[in-house]
Amino acid sequence: MARATSRNARIGWTVAAWLVALLIFFPILYTIVTSLKTEQEAIAGFDLIPSFTLESYATVQSQNNYWRPFTNSVILSVGSTLLALIVAIPAAWAMAFSPTKRTRDILMWMLSTKMMPAVAVLVPIYLIFLRTGLMDTRIGLTILLMLINLPIVVWMLYTYFREIPGEILEAARMDGATLRDEILYVLTPMAIPGIASTLLLNIILAWNEAFWTIQLTTTNAAPLSAFIASFSSPQGLFWAKLSAASVMAIAPILVLGWFSQKQLVRGLTFGAVK
Amino acid sequence: MATRQTQGLARLMRAPAIILLFVWMIVPLGMTLYYSFLNYNMLNPGMTSWAGWFNYRYFYTDPAFLESIRNTLVLVGGVLAVTVVGGIFIAMLIDKPIWGQGIVRILVISPFFVMPPVAALIWKNMIMHPSYGVLADVAKFFGAQPVDWFAQYPLTSIILIVAWQWLPFATLILLTSLQSLDTEQMEAAEMDGAPAYARFLYLVLPHMARAITVVILIQTIFLLGIYAEILVTTNGGPGSASTNLTFLIYKAARLNFDIGGAAAGGIIAVVLANIVAIFLMRAVGRNLD
Repeated sequence: MARATSRNARIGWTVAAWLVALLIFFPILYTIVTSLKTEQEAIAGFDLIPSFTLESYATVQSQNNYWRPFTNSVILSVGSTLLALIVAIPAAWAMAFSPTKRTRDILMWMLSTKMMPAVAVLVPIYLIFLRTGLMDTRIGLTILLMLINLPIVVWMLYTYFREIPGEILEAARMDGATLRDEILYVLTPMAIPGIASTLLLNIILAWNEAFWTIQLTTTNAAPLSAFIASFSSPQGLFWAKLSAASVMAIAPILVLGWFSQKQLVRGLTFGAVK
Repeated sequence: MATRQTQGLARLMRAPAIILLFVWMIVPLGMTLYYSFLNYNMLNPGMTSWAGWFNYRYFYTDPAFLESIRNTLVLVGGVLAVTVVGGIFIAMLIDKPIWGQGIVRILVISPFFVMPPVAALIWKNMIMHPSYGVLADVAKFFGAQPVDWFAQYPLTSIILIVAWQWLPFATLILLTSLQSLDTEQMEAAEMDGAPAYARFLYLVLPHMARAITVVILIQTIFLLGIYAEILVTTNGGPGSASTNLTFLIYKAARLNFDIGGAAAGGIIAVVLANIVAIFLMRAVGRNLD
């Protein structure tokens, strides 16, 4: 900023921005506060100071068998993302480093598969899962989540790989590098940040997926999204326990999310906004 | 650089992704199309027969279908209005020289990482509950009658929840766009005496136009498929006042076991999504070269 902003204006903008930010964050903050209250406190009216009891966290873990959905969430989100990377890295690599006339069309077509509404294929996927015994299994859901996120993974990797300058390969070749050297010592180190960003964003997306996880699981393979959705019934948890379960379900991904702000823009806009 | 050998290798490297996505797209969609012409109810699977256009006529003339289309449009339109207008406002606020910008950013984007069922349950119980929610406490503080949000304004309540989830996305993308705005141009306009609203209308908005388009299109794709937020709050009710197309098809398939009807509904969902997709692909495609 070339122009000096007056101190008063800066204070004004800061206060306004913080007020808006706290208002937006409030539901999450209040959930964290409530999770640290006793059940009596939780329904006793608005109060931002809890008694800092961890009672609800303990109850949720012992009564509701919290660790199974948590483990399922980890396995499904990490597993589906790794599977997608295994398929997508070679594809994105090939499209970025030896593009053909059709590369553009292939990329656009891949993007178009992401546009298919999930509910349009609910009937066939549900029936396939029923008949093949994949219903309520981790393996079935892992494969499904992998397919859902595959277009985004290919796209993200492609936009990262394309930024690796081709000249650097020529320079390496001039210095006598073999194809193996090229891949191992030149391209891989430059590609790793892009792969890591892609990994991060897709774990977040898979963790938060809440259509297929609810449709295709009951208990065995249910991840946190399906587990929490089951609390919508009236005999569900009470306020403090619901808050504790919610905090545990979102905390890991919230922290991951804070680290991946930049990648979020890139990944979700398919490189259209950078 | 591209010898015949590397071209062959490249083809081999591309193949798995392309084949997987092709099968993933064609097989289920083909099955949906096939089922949409069958009389197929899972309650008596032995009675399956060819239905012709019956499912389409039945599904599309159902008053619940028209209501669900209306709800879908209101839901998408409402959330878009709140997130785009709010997003522009908040992005401009964060872009000002403020203290603690990093923390403000983190607070603002956080709702995006909250999974839909949790977001919906937080709002349903902590914020909007007619006796224990924060809004009820506020109403009581001012001596007003607390509002029973989900019974009285089901669709508005869901719009609020979903807008809260997507506001960070809009803000983040609009902020990214805003930060690439040429500051010299802005200063020049300011020195020439252009008032703040004129700078906003003629410099900031045109600069953000592309980002706004992308926000609208991408959100629409996701908003057409809203499901979990409805399931855990209103369950589509009261009646079908908050049932969107996705939820209507879900009910047909999973609660009425009407495979044929749900498939016919699925086909119109594809058509709707495709209309949006065509525009999005154009916006993204322009950026490829």
